Amino acid sequence: MTELVGPELAVVDVPSRRRHPLAGFVLRRVAAGVATHFVVSILLFVGTNVLPGDVASAVLGRDSTPAGLAAIRTELHLNRPAPERYWNWLSGFVQGNLGSSVASQAVSGQPTPISGLIGDRIRNTAVLALFTVALLVPLSIGFGVFSAMRAGRPVDHAITAISLGLISLPEFVTGTLLVLLVAQWLGLLPGVSLIPIGETVFSHVSILVLPVLTLLAASLAQTTRMVRAGMLEVLRSDYVEWARLSGHRERDVVLRYALRNALAPTVQVIALNVQWLVGGIVVTEYVFGYPGIGQALVQAVSARDVPYVLSVGMLIAIVYIALNVLADLLVVLLVPKLRTAQ
Amino acid sequence: MTALAVRFRFARSGYGKVGLAGSLFLLALIVIGPFFAPHDPAGIVGIPLQRPTGEFLLGTDGLGRDVLSRILWGGRSIVGLAVLATALAYLVGASIGLLAGYTRSIVDPLLMRAMDVLLAVPPLLFLLVLATGAGRSLVVLVLGVATVHVPSIARIVRAATQEVAVRGYVEAAVARGERTAAVLRREILPNVLGTVLADAGIRLTASILILASVNFLGLGRQPPAADWALMISENRGGITLQPWAVAVPALLIAFLTVAVNLVADAVARSLGTSTDRKRVAR
Repeated sequence: MTELVGPELAVVDVPSRRRHPLAGFVLRRVAAGVATHFVVSILLFVGTNVLPGDVASAVLGRDSTPAGLAAIRTELHLNRPAPERYWNWLSGFVQGNLGSSVASQAVSGQPTPISGLIGDRIRNTAVLALFTVALLVPLSIGFGVFSAMRAGRPVDHAITAISLGLISLPEFVTGTLLVLLVAQWLGLLPGVSLIPIGETVFSHVSILVLPVLTLLAASLAQTTRMVRAGMLEVLRSDYVEWARLSGHRERDVVLRYALRNALAPTVQVIALNVQWLVGGIVVTEYVFGYPGIGQALVQAVSARDVPYVLSVGMLIAIVYIALNVLADLLVVLLVPKLRTAQ
Repeated sequence: MTALAVRFRFARSGYGKVGLAGSLFLLALIVIGPFFAPHDPAGIVGIPLQRPTGEFLLGTDGLGRDVLSRILWGGRSIVGLAVLATALAYLVGASIGLLAGYTRSIVDPLLMRAMDVLLAVPPLLFLLVLATGAGRSLVVLVLGVATVHVPSIARIVRAATQEVAVRGYVEAAVARGERTAAVLRREILPNVLGTVLADAGIRLTASILILASVNFLGLGRQPPAADWALMISENRGGITLQPWAVAVPALLIAFLTVAVNLVADAVARSLGTSTDRKRVAR
């Protein structure tokens, strides 16, 4: 009994000094995320810089001259020891200095700062991702709950069959088939998602339709299946049975009683699927020629533009790890039981 | 229930049957298809971008090569490399998992933290970074795809090993004075194998997905190789004149991944292990 009284008194006595019980967990989880990202940055650097293969001659290809090679080597500081190069690059990145693109230097003759190249691209990718997530969340919860409510009936079987099919399609296949069907055959939407120079994606919203559909196909199928599984589990629990036996309408049982408990695992599933979208966005942007960060990454890899790949890779890794941390935090927020278990 | 019944129980589910039939059909196409190719897959045999004709049943591509012959040759690399990468991933992942699960030294946390780091990198980014650093080589690609799977396999094997390692027959083997390698191979490995291989099919699907994606991005197999994913990206430019050169390889990859995934799903279900199947590589 004293435990019931204790915390209340404490709150009354020192309202501001007590740290919120979640604060410690949040801090620890964020710190772990930052540490992971630090190690990932080493991995990215080693992957691009230390592996065998002469980057300078790869960048210049057939046009390489001894002077050009030397210029690129100096630009990349390839004559310095690797740990020193890593440190210079990382400290520059933290201060917002992303370095210059080597490939554009080979073309234009002077260094092009990467930060100037990727600003618009980040915005374009963010628009694509936000549109996708804005559709993914309500649709997957809707389909998942609907499918679970009609488990075993034809509608449920249809949803299950369609999602089983879509779940394993690579984005480039979905995208290509959509282009063939919608753009080529029906002639409805643009098959490539180019944005004219000087304009923004918002003046050409139709170019977003096919990329968003492509991204939705696999992620919606995956999320719907998991929402359905979570909802089914809750619908089979005792308290839902009790609610039904008490005479509540099925709609109320699902929406007011079952959904709340099914939502917590669903949130994590959705967060994980958003995380998986990261890889899908890279491929989808390339399929449609959409000028986002993923397309830039593929182009930079083709040109073996090491500084560009590193900068974009770091940004993608930050988003990826941040989404992972976010998924953990959301679950702890929604499932109070887990807070005490930490 | 006999061992055979366990092994084929997955085929009882409807999806499992459909998937198995589809997989076997595509496997036959991939393996014996090249013997029926009417033309040299890399040879320029006709006018570029012809629609299907009597001589070229699926038309020709942008360079005037026979699309049908390229289709018949083009499935080998996707499936072959994916099987290779998945097998390699199991070899390395299982070794790491066995070692980490059995040892009670600092080696365990060291190995597992290394695995955690690998899990924190998006698989496609990892492969793209490798392609930047080491160039476009199939060896690097296969090693990279294998590495993507290693952390999750190692985690599962480690957990299963820890469970098995405290059992009587393992302790008896240790007491007999067996060497660690022998204990791991003869006592522990056979008892964790079922758990470990339950989602092999799901990982194979994931390997096919990511290998095909990298080939499509032009960072895997290089022209003039015949490869379904590469064909799609090569022929996208001529899609208005010759849609067949894009549509057929795209549909074949779609059938392949769906069929293999249906089998993988049914196997995982019939073994009753991984209910929370994840997309392993995206």
